[in-house]
Formats: sequence, structure tokens, C-alpha cells
Amino acid sequence: MSTHTFKLNGEQVTVDVEDDVRLLWVLRDVLKVTGPKYGCGINVCKACTSHINGKAFNPCSVQVKDIKSTDEVTTIEGLAATTDQELHPMQEAWLEEDVAQCGYCQPGQIMAAVALVKKVQAEGRAITDDDLDSIRNVCRCGTYFRIRKAIRAGAAKM
Amino acid sequence: MAADLRLGTPAEASVPSPPQIAALFDLEDLQDTAGLATANLITITINSDGTASFALPRAEVGQGITTSTSMIIAEELDLPVEKVNVSLAPARPELVFNQLTGGSNSTVSTYTPIRVAANIAKGALLQAAAIELGYAVDQLTSKQGVITAPDGKSTTYGKLAVKAAGATTKSVQVDLKARSAFTVVGKPHTRVDARDIVTGKKQFTMDLQVPDALPTMLCRATGLNGHPTGLANEAAILAMPGVTDVAVIPTGVAVRAKTFGQCIDAVRAMKAQFGASVVGAADDESILAELRKAEIPLAVPKLPLLGIQVDTDFEFMFRSSAALETNCAIADVRDDHATIWSGLKSPIVAQGKIAEAVRLPVSKVTVNVVTGGGSFGHKLFHDPALEAARVSKAMGKPVKLMWHRVDEPRQGRMHPMVTSRCRATMLGDQVLTFEQRHTSVTTDFSHGLGEMLVATAADLPPGLVGVGLSQSIFLLTQDLPYNFGVVTQLLDETDTHFNTGSMRSIYSQDVACASELTVDLMAKKARKDPLAFRLANIKYPEVKAVLEKVAEVGNWGRTMAPGTAQGIAVHREYKGATAFLVEIDCRPETVNRKIANGVGGPRVTKVVVAVDAGLVINPRGIEAQMMSAASDGIGLALTNSTHLKDGHFLEASWDNYFYTREWNAPIEFECVIMPSSSDQPGGVGEAGVPASFAAVACAYARATGTVPKRFPINHDTLSFDVKPYVPSLPESPTDGLSHTY
Repeated sequence: MSTHTFKLNGEQVTVDVEDDVRLLWVLRDVLKVTGPKYGCGINVCKACTSHINGKAFNPCSVQVKDIKSTDEVTTIEGLAATTDQELHPMQEAWLEEDVAQCGYCQPGQIMAAVALVKKVQAEGRAITDDDLDSIRNVCRCGTYFRIRKAIRAGAAKM
Repeated sequence: MAADLRLGTPAEASVPSPPQIAALFDLEDLQDTAGLATANLITITINSDGTASFALPRAEVGQGITTSTSMIIAEELDLPVEKVNVSLAPARPELVFNQLTGGSNSTVSTYTPIRVAANIAKGALLQAAAIELGYAVDQLTSKQGVITAPDGKSTTYGKLAVKAAGATTKSVQVDLKARSAFTVVGKPHTRVDARDIVTGKKQFTMDLQVPDALPTMLCRATGLNGHPTGLANEAAILAMPGVTDVAVIPTGVAVRAKTFGQCIDAVRAMKAQFGASVVGAADDESILAELRKAEIPLAVPKLPLLGIQVDTDFEFMFRSSAALETNCAIADVRDDHATIWSGLKSPIVAQGKIAEAVRLPVSKVTVNVVTGGGSFGHKLFHDPALEAARVSKAMGKPVKLMWHRVDEPRQGRMHPMVTSRCRATMLGDQVLTFEQRHTSVTTDFSHGLGEMLVATAADLPPGLVGVGLSQSIFLLTQDLPYNFGVVTQLLDETDTHFNTGSMRSIYSQDVACASELTVDLMAKKARKDPLAFRLANIKYPEVKAVLEKVAEVGNWGRTMAPGTAQGIAVHREYKGATAFLVEIDCRPETVNRKIANGVGGPRVTKVVVAVDAGLVINPRGIEAQMMSAASDGIGLALTNSTHLKDGHFLEASWDNYFYTREWNAPIEFECVIMPSSSDQPGGVGEAGVPASFAAVACAYARATGTVPKRFPINHDTLSFDVKPYVPSLPESPTDGLSHTY
């Protein structure tokens, strides 16, 4: 067991856990931050999508020892605080479109959407159907069409 | 492909068909009848903060019933929806058959009892207000939780809550709000849990913090349902980081640890021994051969003397009903009582089976129903709750048990493999006979529907006397919406070894795909457009209406580029009717798109739905269910199936089991909800799946000129590398930081 420290949703956190435990379980089982969901554990379903230093990543596939003390991890719980609003514009768009059904994949979908829009905006262009097709997050309720609409609406306000 | 549009075909050409059993008494009626005796054993509580609470004896799994139920209560109580809190009731054995969430029956069966309860509560509040304000009840008005007297004085539900509570049981008359006065029901409403979902606050079973309920997983057999016979390295496993306990239960070797990651590591290190697959070395082809042997002959002879015959024969492969939330449950089993938390659609059956397994009286087993992360029929069963209870008992500790994704398609519940054959006899463009013979691997109904059938035997229509359980459920769900002369649809089942279940619309998804493809072929023989042929033979006005609407909105018959086409299909069930019109792109540049670790294939570019769901509670919720049905239909027709080989299933990931992904999703989607004069809501959770599947299949056949025989069309191409079986779970990757974006 060893000590690991990093910034989580704006606060410095320290955990005592074995080096090789994947960050998803450090978040969920040790720190009780349960917004990122388990759907596969092998970086396929993307239900755990969160941000590291502002970029999307999947904590199911990162050992806690590979997170540096200066790294900033943001989960869905900390997304709104990255803006100065009560909700991130993407969360607002999600409510507008009533995207969610069961909701299990939606934290990961929103985190993926925010990162995708930022990436596209950094490239100085508008989001395309091809960009939306590149999203790998599984929604077994099949809300894909509303996800597409919400991302376009959220992007317009980002 | 261009379609000829001949909407003007006279309807009198069709040969009337007598009503099928489901037209007179269907699965909804069965559930309503079975639950009737206890349907009113419900309580709506008015709290002193002015809110109303209700513990719904059904499971919310994404279908939106906590939202629609909140709306129904808000409507009848004259409260804002935000002031109604609907939770899920724990298992209440006294409800007997009135706590099963299935057959899209929740709102169908609870609508009136909940309105009555809310109305009684409002009546009591008005009585209390009359005393407080000094006016007669009929002089008072209630709005948004405030009761106002003619002089302008007012009081609130919150202030009246205690005074209005009755100390005695009495009989009261209720006068339910007239439909014309509705202000909430029928208006679009965002899900009541939407904000919790988008902020990560919504809690699923795995998010609950039950003291000392540590992560627990199972090492499962390579072969289907292989029983564990031992663990050769127990001491080594117990010495692994984080591990606290191991135990052998009938479905695998369990390990409990500080984190799920350490459970995965421990399962990977286990030298566990298992018995063989319960299906030996069976594969798709051997099970298909069993089905072929079990098929019953068609009654109408082949090669009739007169007219023309259309014969079809389709194969539908196994497919997983797993949700994104894998099977999971929390159990705390003590010597004298037990507590369970899980997403359970049949919690009373679960409670009974768990009590039996842990040797406790039913009254000592509390079963909490947790909002589920999807179901699709999966949560009708309590497999993970039973496992968690067994593991907790064996270890003497609370456990939070979760299935690994790998185990879902390999050992989890699935929709059975099916063959479906149709034979239609036609004279000119008149249809004289239509037969369908559905042959299926057995569907498991041990979740409570079987008991309902036995209990309601006296109310069942005569056609169900003497037929088996599955045949009964089949007959209660099938009602071909056409006048095709003599119509018979029958089921035959074989092989009971598989872990099956009622996956979203049970038999209907395959029945409708087969019958609607056959209808397209019949139209071709009659030299009619698919829509015109359907309209000429349609049996019900509401089915005709949804077909006409979808054709109009979807611009049926528009000129399409070669390799692309429209498809149209309709289905009648759940006290309603649903029509889908889809456009598919089967051009090589689309089909052969390169998708890393995925299947591109044909793309359904556009989906238009028209649905008659009876009385509409929440149009936003209905649209969501139709969108979901579109995604299901696309997957069922094109991509998602499991492959059986050497006695086990090959799929082990969402990149093996190709449920519809963003790159397969429609670019355009439109849903029209038909106005209905009905006072009864229909079921919507499953209603769209059969017509959606059928419409995609019909569009594919029209675009390619080839009617597929086997579904999904991708099944014969294994589009992934099979993951190992030993160890039973894959290692979690460690390279996540090299894939950031």
C-alpha cells in the first residue's frame, strides 16, 4: 500500500491504496465519488469518461500510480465548477433535450461531449456528423439521436 | 429505389379475419386482472412541507415511470410535479401479483388506482380546509398545493396535512378529474431525475454506500452454466492485496476485496475448477438443427391449386438482454434477517427465492428496489441478488456484488434463438390464409408471469385452456393487424438449458420482423406498393392511422438513390399501435466504412415513427421510448447477436456485442404521437421494438434486393477477436493516459 495524491474536482486528495489499482476504483470504492460508472473495465464502453487536465480519459484504464500530484482529475460531479455557472452548458443542453433515459451512461456521455466540443473548437471548426459518429460511449437505452442534438446545442453555448 | 404509391386501393378487397385471442384479452388484461385484487393497496402521503410522497410498487429502469407517475399524482392532487416525490416500494408480498414491472403494464395497471388514491387525499385536504376556512368544500378551489376560499383566504396542503389525516377507515366516493381539465397529463415533461443524472447524483445499486458491503465478484466457468467444483489456490487468493474472503456458491467462486479492481485481479489469479458446459459442445448450427426438428408443420398444404403462395423462413440468433449497468446487488445476510438492494422488476419472487436460499422466513428478508441502469427484461430476474445473498451468507459479511461485463453476454440472460416461418395463400390481391409458426429455444418465465396465468385461469379466454405457459403468453401478445382470411400464429419451444428471458417485447420483435417481411413479399406478388397493400388489408382503424401518418410525415415513396431505400412496418400491441418508416443506406461506401473495433455496415439514416399509445401521460417519455426502440431495431436487424461455439458464447465486450453505437444511429429522427380519445394509457416501453426491427429489415431487403434469411445480417461474419476464457476476466488496460482527447 502506498500514498497517492492528486487534485480531484478542485480539491487535493490523498489515498492509501496499492499502486496498480485503476483510478476508477480509487474514485468509486475508496473516495466514494460514484459519478463515473463501470460498464466494462476495459476502456470500451466509456461510461467512466472523466477529464484529466481538461482532456477526456477513462479512469478504468489508468493505474493510480500514473496520476501525478499536480494532475487535475474532473468527474461529472466537478464539471459545473469548471464554469462560473450552476451547470455546465452541456449539462443544460442535456436537460433541454431530456437526453437521459436510465441515466447510467450519461455522466460519461456528457464528459466525452465536452471534451469533443473543446477539441473541435480548438481546431477552429464546427462539429460535424463525423465528429458525432466518432463518439464510442455506449448508450444501451439508445438515446443517440438526442445526444447528437444536445451536443450541438451545448457546443453553441460553450 | 422508387416506390409506386397507390393509396387509393379499395379496402373491400381484403378477406376479414376473425379476432385472434390477443384482440379480446391480451397480456395487459392478464396483468390487470391478476393485480386487481391488490391494486388499491397503495398510499399517497401528504407531508407537512407541502410535498406528496408515493412509493410506487414498480421498478424504474429508465422507462420513465417515476416521471409519469409524478405527473399523474400532480394532476389529480393539483400540486406542482416538483412537489411529488415518487420512490420505489420495497418487496411487498401482500401485493401478490401487483408488483411486477413487465409487459409495458406499469402505467396501464396503476393509472386509475393512483388517481383514486390522489383524489381521496385531495378530498381529505379539502374537508380539512373547509373547517379551517369556514366554507363548504364545493366553494373552495385548489391550485398548486394552495386551497383558496371565496373571500380570498387560503391555506396550504402542508398546513393541512396533519389535520386532514383520518384516524378511521371509511368508504368514500371519488370523482376523478375530467380529461378536459388536465393541465399536467399530456404535456411534455422532462424526467424528474434528469438533473440528478446530469450532475452525477443519481444513485444506482453500485453507488449505494452500505456499511462494510465490500466489492465482490465471481469467477465463472468457461462453459455455459458450468458448476464450480473447487478452488485450488484459496490461500494464495486470500493473500492477495485487498482480498478479505472467498466462497464457492452454485454459480461461481466469489471473492470480496477492498476494490473491484482487486476483485478482478483475484478472479484472474484463481485456479478454480468447473464442470462442463450444460449444452456440451453445442454451437449455433446444432441449436438451429434442434429448432428445425421441433418445428411443427404448416397446416395449409404447399402448392395450392388456385392462386399464389408466399413461403418465408427466417432465423433469429441469440442476443443479449444486458443493460449498461451490469448485473449487481448488495446483500447483508445475518443469522436472523437479511437485507437486499438491487434493481428488481419482480421483487416479491426475488424475496421468496432468496429467503429459501438463505434459510430465513420471507418476513425476515427485506428486498429494496433500486432504480436500475436499464433492464430490457434483464431485471425481471434476480440472478445477482440471489448470488449476493448466497455469498453474504457464506462469508458472514455484507457484499456489493457486481458482474463483470465479460460475463454478461457469456453467462447472462438472453433472447432465445428462434425460427419463424410464414405461409400466405393469395388469390389475386386477396389473402385467403396467413400462417406463422414460431419455434424458439425456451423463454424462461419463472419471474412471476407463469403464476399470474395460473391464478387468473378462470378469467382466461377459452383458446388458452390446455395450452402451455409459453404458448399462452405467445397467444396473449400476437394480433396480426391485417384481414388475411384464416390467420393462425403459433409457438413451439425446445431446449431449456439456456439463460433466457423476456427481452423487450418478448416474442413480438421476431414475429413482427418475419411477418412484415412476408407482407412485403405478398405485396410484391400482388404487384402492390408495400404501403398500399398494407392499407388495403388493414384490420384496425388506429393501425391504419399510424401507417398513413408515418407515410405522410416520412414522405413514403420518394425517389431514393440506388442502394438506398425506405422500409415501412407496423405493429399492434400494448393497447396501441406503432408504425415505423426508415431509410437505409446500403451503398458500399457506407457499408464498408472503417470503424475501429466496431461494425459500420448499412446505415439507417432516417427514422420516422407514428405511435398511438392511447391516453398520453408524458409525450417526451413516449418519444424517448420510440427513439430507444429505433436503436434496438437497428441493432436487431443489422448488428447485435451472440455466437455459440463449443458450448459457450464468444462475446465479451461492447466491441464484440455490437449494440447500435453512435456511428449506426439515425441522422434524422421524428416521432409523431397520435391524438387519442381513449381514457386509458397504453404501454410504451416495448411497443416500438417490433415495428422498428421489421421496418429496418424491410428497408434493407428493398435497398439490396435480397431478403435476409438470418438476423442480424452481420451474424455470419465474426467481426472481433475472441477474448480468452482462462482467466475468465481480461486485465484492465493501463494505457488510458495515452488515449486522452
